[in-house]
Amino acid sequence: MRVTFTANGKPVEADDVWEGESLLYVLRERVGLPGSKNACEQGECGSCTVYLDGTPVCSCLVAAGQVQDREVRTVEGLAEENGELGLVQQAFIDAGAVQCGFCTPGLLVQTDALLETDAQPSDSDIREALSGNLCRCTGYEKIMDAVRLASARKCAKAASE
Amino acid sequence: MEFLRPATWDEALAAKAEYPTALPISGGTDVMVEMNFDVHRPSAILDLNRITELTEWSIDGDVVRLGASVPYSRIINELSGPLPGLALAAHTVGSPQIRNRGGVGGNLGAASPAGDSHPALLAAGRDVFVEVASVRGTRMIAIDDFYVGVKRNSMEQDELIRAVHIPVADGPQQFSKIGTRNAMVIAVCAFGFALHPKNGTVGTGIGSAAPTPRRAVEAEQYLQGVLAERGLWESGDLLGTEVIQKFGELVKAAASPIDDVRGTADYRRHALAVMARRTLTWTWNDYSKQIRSAA
Repeated sequence: MRVTFTANGKPVEADDVWEGESLLYVLRERVGLPGSKNACEQGECGSCTVYLDGTPVCSCLVAAGQVQDREVRTVEGLAEENGELGLVQQAFIDAGAVQCGFCTPGLLVQTDALLETDAQPSDSDIREALSGNLCRCTGYEKIMDAVRLASARKCAKAASE
Repeated sequence: MEFLRPATWDEALAAKAEYPTALPISGGTDVMVEMNFDVHRPSAILDLNRITELTEWSIDGDVVRLGASVPYSRIINELSGPLPGLALAAHTVGSPQIRNRGGVGGNLGAASPAGDSHPALLAAGRDVFVEVASVRGTRMIAIDDFYVGVKRNSMEQDELIRAVHIPVADGPQQFSKIGTRNAMVIAVCAFGFALHPKNGTVGTGIGSAAPTPRRAVEAEQYLQGVLAERGLWESGDLLGTEVIQKFGELVKAAASPIDDVRGTADYRRHALAVMARRTLTWTWNDYSKQIRSAA
């Protein structure tokens, strides 16, 4: 079947999609957006987290046909329009929160979503928000640092505007 | 495989009548795992995402009509007042991403004994009803008649779940679940408990410790008897260790768990007694406070 939707603001079209295929597969293999990672394929790890109509979800658990005419925003869509890294992305680099990098795309999207609803989350709020994202390098403390840094920068930016 | 995308509820019912073996999908948090791992390959997938009324809830008098696809995250944010037990249970489901997609309809459709909603629904009372529909019409299935076997419910093949009708809480409710961490766990066992002061009853729900979610009937009857005989609904006085202990033992006796990868039957029985005592204590303390502050 054919599936058409919006990915990072641009209309995309995927052909010959198998009816049982996941959104994650379509993103990675059919529309050239391999940022979302395929790790567990059962919603346990969060590495494939994307925005679906503004809500963060595991793209491995969304059937491709369910995104027809809907809006998807992936980790690639977190960068600024001029191509520079977004605030959350830069914070992860500056805090040293990227080790092997496989969990990073999901963490970036989930962190972005957290800071959109709560720009100054407590540590327990951060841990709960990221409880569905696994880092097998176990670099959680640096990830916590990165989210705190992103939070501080986002609040500073809002104050200066 | 076919991918069916009905735009309206009537179209969905027509599609389910035409393709009775079609697998309904909404949040996909169960269905897609089976697809990804090739556990199950249905003849057709019936996508319910376009039917927006499934994601709506309403309160009519003292009953919440909860659309089958209202995601857990919205149950937590919007319904923790009228449905405190279910909201607590919803908070233990998976992770934020999973709670953004999954809902009670899927839990009921899958009818897994480990589904987190079930203990809360059972505890909410005997007048919880699952609203199912087909082209033949709508029927309301009492929650006590809904679960009929391991991952089996009492729905017909051409039926779809439209909503769940749950009484608005008139007393404290609690939910407790055992797992290896706070997120992303399938319950080793779980327990839901609710006080219903208006009609002088209590509700229980046992999860992951029997072939189906089930009620601890004798524990309910024992506690209701004690509360009525001693006038505790009116006084809000202490229950006493003996009553709490006995209640825990009766809940334990109501379970028929198995040994599996998540835990042993013995551990589950033990944990259920502990959770029963704790949830009873928490809810009764809350209730006592309400009585005292009203006095």
